[in-house]
Amino acid sequence: MNLTVNGEPRAFPPLADLTALIAELGLDGRKVAIERNLEIVPRSAYGKTRLLDGDRIEIVHFIGGG
Amino acid sequence: MDGTQQVEDAWSVAGRTFRSRLIVGTGKYKDYAQNAAAAEAAGAEIVTVALRRVNLSDPSQPMLVDYVKPDRFTFLPNTAGCFTGEDAVRTLRLAREAGGWDLVKLEVLSNTPHLLPDMEETLRALKLLIADGFQVMVYCSDDPVYAKKLEDAGAAAIMPAAAPIGSGRGIQNFLNLGLIIEQSSVPVLVDAGVGTASDAVLAMEMGCDAVLMNTAIAEAREPIRMAVAMKHAVIAGREAWLAGRMAKRSYGDPSSPMGGLI
Repeated sequence: MNLTVNGEPRAFPPLADLTALIAELGLDGRKVAIERNLEIVPRSAYGKTRLLDGDRIEIVHFIGGG
Repeated sequence: MDGTQQVEDAWSVAGRTFRSRLIVGTGKYKDYAQNAAAAEAAGAEIVTVALRRVNLSDPSQPMLVDYVKPDRFTFLPNTAGCFTGEDAVRTLRLAREAGGWDLVKLEVLSNTPHLLPDMEETLRALKLLIADGFQVMVYCSDDPVYAKKLEDAGAAAIMPAAAPIGSGRGIQNFLNLGLIIEQSSVPVLVDAGVGTASDAVLAMEMGCDAVLMNTAIAEAREPIRMAVAMKHAVIAGREAWLAGRMAKRSYGDPSSPMGGLI
């Protein structure tokens, strides 16, 4: 399936939900926040949030800043 | 205080109480380990953090939260890089989801080399954030008129720049900063522009509630040592403010009695 993740169009194997995407990317879901098509997805809903072809996903985390 | 009993000198913002009056940034350090050590050395309870895209090409790279731990420090997410109110709201909503807190630092900069705040957009962003349930500490210019507008709009703290971010020039407008401190009923923090310990002392001696700094520590030759210096500077300035300085005189006044001379 095709998703745009953090601004980059990428091809993925079929992924059922956000939990599967996080695993596919090798990320720790407890340390990130996610937007799907400009809507924030609560962490508790990652496993219930189905992915569709063409979804735009933003995955962010805290970094150093002033 | 008579020296035998130390009354705890805490301060509060948005209903949360802190003992340390030094807030430190987490940018520009050599690595996150040095960053965490500096925050510890500074005695900080609050650290500012930024929100950015995860690097998908290397998910194993170090993460801030593994070093500067959210159970040790209160994270204050900022809106650095946002130039509109909408960008700020989007960023801080994500930060709230990433960390689950509503106390945030708003900074809406002008897209200029001096990085001074865009106050018109800052005020607009503040109103959007308050409507969204955030408690907002606002980075601002040292303009008492805009500072009052921010407070009237519901800012949790007013945080005027001493000087441009990262400039290390110290307090440039003592008169304006004094007016802001005098007129404000929410905490006032000097944020940005501190260069060395004496700058922090001066801010606290004027009656600021706290100081926020990043570059002054991170870009010192020895950041951990400068963090210690800043910790003492903020305490010294605060204690001097509480103690109340002596009156200035135009002439000398002997410290030893003039009576009983041989």
